[in-house]
Amino acid sequence: MTDKRDSSNTSGLSRRGFLKGIGVGTVASGLMSPAGLKNAVAKDANVVGPEEIPVTLKINGKSRTLNVEPRVTLLDALRNRLDLTGAKKVCDRGTCGACTVIVDGHPVYSCSMLAVEAEGREITTVEGLGTPVQMNEVQKAFVHHDAQQCGFCTPGFVVASTAFVRKHPNATLEQVRQGLGGNLCRCGTYAGMMLAVVDAAKAKGGV
Amino acid sequence: MATVAWPPADKRTLIGKRIDRLDGPAKATGAAKYTYDINRPGLLFCKLLTSPYAHAEIGGIDTSAAAGMPRVKAVWKDEELNEVQYVGQIVAAVAAETEEAANEAVRRIKVEWKPLPHQVVDSDPKFFDDAKNRPGKRDVGNVEEALAKADVVSQGEYGIAVITHCCLEPHGQVAEMRDGDLYLWASTQAVSGVANGLGEKLDGFPQNKIHVDCQYMGGGFGSKFNYDKWGVISAALSKQTGQPVKLMLERDTELMIAGNRPSAFAKIKVGAQKDGTVTAFDAEVWGTSGMGGGIPDQVPYVFGKIPNQRRVARRIQTHRGGARAWRAPNHPQLAVLTMSALADTAAALKMDELEFFLKNVALTDRPEVYFEELKIAAEMIGYNQKKHLRGDQTPGPIKRGLGMSIHTWGGRGHDSECDVTISPDGSVEAKLGSQDLGTGNRTVIGIVVAETLGLPLEAVKVQIGKNEYPNSGGSGGSTTVGGVSVSSRQAATAALNALFDIVAPKLGVAADALEASNGQIRQIDKPDNKISWKSACAMLGVNSLTKRGASKPGEAQQQKLMDAGVGGAQIADVSVDIETGIVTMNEMVAVQDCGLIIDLKTAESQVYGGLIMGITYALFEEAVYDPTTGRMLNADMEFYRLAGIKDVGQLKVHMMTTKAYEDRGVIGLGEPPVISPGAAIANAVANAVGVRVPNLPLTPDRVIAALQKGGALA
Repeated sequence: MTDKRDSSNTSGLSRRGFLKGIGVGTVASGLMSPAGLKNAVAKDANVVGPEEIPVTLKINGKSRTLNVEPRVTLLDALRNRLDLTGAKKVCDRGTCGACTVIVDGHPVYSCSMLAVEAEGREITTVEGLGTPVQMNEVQKAFVHHDAQQCGFCTPGFVVASTAFVRKHPNATLEQVRQGLGGNLCRCGTYAGMMLAVVDAAKAKGGV
Repeated sequence: MATVAWPPADKRTLIGKRIDRLDGPAKATGAAKYTYDINRPGLLFCKLLTSPYAHAEIGGIDTSAAAGMPRVKAVWKDEELNEVQYVGQIVAAVAAETEEAANEAVRRIKVEWKPLPHQVVDSDPKFFDDAKNRPGKRDVGNVEEALAKADVVSQGEYGIAVITHCCLEPHGQVAEMRDGDLYLWASTQAVSGVANGLGEKLDGFPQNKIHVDCQYMGGGFGSKFNYDKWGVISAALSKQTGQPVKLMLERDTELMIAGNRPSAFAKIKVGAQKDGTVTAFDAEVWGTSGMGGGIPDQVPYVFGKIPNQRRVARRIQTHRGGARAWRAPNHPQLAVLTMSALADTAAALKMDELEFFLKNVALTDRPEVYFEELKIAAEMIGYNQKKHLRGDQTPGPIKRGLGMSIHTWGGRGHDSECDVTISPDGSVEAKLGSQDLGTGNRTVIGIVVAETLGLPLEAVKVQIGKNEYPNSGGSGGSTTVGGVSVSSRQAATAALNALFDIVAPKLGVAADALEASNGQIRQIDKPDNKISWKSACAMLGVNSLTKRGASKPGEAQQQKLMDAGVGGAQIADVSVDIETGIVTMNEMVAVQDCGLIIDLKTAESQVYGGLIMGITYALFEEAVYDPTTGRMLNADMEFYRLAGIKDVGQLKVHMMTTKAYEDRGVIGLGEPPVISPGAAIANAVANAVGVRVPNLPLTPDRVIAALQKGGALA
């Protein structure tokens, strides 16, 4: 975190801050040259990049500081800079859910969030949910019901399912079908998954 | 003396039980490292420049601007390439310190393109070029005469689009040239064979210095056997820079060039007698597999004994990425063409579809198997309670229907070698150059070795995924489980017999009087005369004991360790909204045989997976190409749709595990369950709405069009 930024702001690049930065809104910006727009933004909001900037991310309870260009997604920061490779890159455009992480309690596609946006937030990746010898209830249920084959979509599903059962501790099969609609599997492991998530929901909300 | 024959059912402690996959915890926690996850010190990221044209000449490739970009370490271009033949074809590449820098540099590569005419349409017979691609022909009996004599002749057009593999982990590898060796972390279906020939492409790099490692791979489905062009590029760039290079295809490239399944279209006439017996099958088939390669033409599928058959098959060349083996190559398309035509014949006869299929299984290679499996499937789905002749007469817009299909596959095990090592501390290790695609291969090997040695599963360490291990075949065509279960059984049996030789004098009996069971070695007819596994292994002294076992398919088949040839039957229950054209899966059942099952849990998962992949290609999947630009319009995962968890309905699986099936030995299972879903679902839709929706995927627009054409919509 640089001293140029207000660390109480969740991202430093919030939508509100951006709108404030460009002044009175669309009418004014419509008349402004790109250079003028950049100057207007620079006066008030934080403009960062294109070069690398330090970012501090709170991941699985630990603070990690890294240097990334502002255009780097949270997914790429996790995978390429921090070697947290549980979240997978599959569609890279917010369709398949393989990159799902939990940000401030909500499941988020980490391919569709910039690393700089995630600063100051609580990030949980699949690595933060359990280990092979100490799995959470969702992970245990995935293994027991064989809700995985190649396993490439599995971390995303596990994270999404964990967030889901925390919110729906008594989830029905129908709720599971709707609630996990944001993730995709290619091998066809949904049959085991439905059973796994219902089971995990029964077992103390999956945590 | 331990023998290699599979133990009888009452002696099995692990084989055939429902056992959790060994690598489940690693996968569920993100600890499993796939190729895409390999981060090496000094890793460079490689990005590709691919052709935006379906057909073009290349005047020149200028990479100088890209090479001068910050963080770029090396560039590569295809010096020999002067013409591209499909969109996505690889032209040049950049290796840089970050993905972002590599992507940016790729955009600075300048290519002089001279666009040429292209052709990407595969569904229209006007693109036949019989002079260039001679039609394939087959004639059996006398079709003309049989059709003339038939009580009923049914006629229809059917088809199924090109689909892609859409592996969630794209194709690619990390290549690292270090101290005269090449380390290759490849996402591959063939650990032992993937690097074959790569050395030649790298100026004669010694083949024995290429070290392949693939512990986990994120899906292949038939498309990941070769090192591919991206393997050459990443290795060449690593050689040039002295740094490791990761090259994983971008999603759009993956969908366009890393494999697809050929399309198949047909005009088919079927002749039948009043009692339902099929007498004639006359088909004109066409489709595409890109510029080269064959198309699915072997109709009629499964019902090969129809007495009078004729077919003409034509391959349409298209400027599209080339086809690759797709799970059960050609069978799903052949099933769609054949089973649709047969179901239409049943409808023309106003005969129940199940009755019609049961009648005609006599025209297949395994009538009894299909008869039994169809009966079980019908029972599972409540066929008799739900059945109706074609066209649900229930008032209202929602029409419900049932449809079925049967299939076959070979699935004989491949050549495989395995080393089993027993160490003085009692630990056991199995090593083979095989791979686990997610089928549960690791677990199967562990089960076989543990069962053979009378040990719990966790006592066996399974080491796969490296080409330095004994050579084992690639995972294609449902050959793996047959191959590795036999090689690991052979190796474990040989190792155990060697241990028996050492232990026998201590127990005062001949080695052939011993057995291994429940963590002990004991006298077969006097179980109290025993020694614990640990104490027995301690007698090895300081040296481990290693034995190699091999699967030789012909021999193993004769010994009934493995076999070939399975059947399967599936029935689908769908609802169709005739106002919107949306097809909804209510239920689907699969009945499948595959000989002796090693792990029932992962075996069932294969069948569930087959059903779900099948539902996906039946309802959603199609590589859509624009005739004008020659480009794939849906090279992403929003518009190249895979089924989600809510799209699949209720699924039921039944494995045939009676003695007669088990006595055949092990047979592969990966392919067969994915063959029938398209045909069964298409037939269920026809049964629901009363008209045939000719082409898959059964998207709402196609359903509505068929209803309008068939007069079912005013």
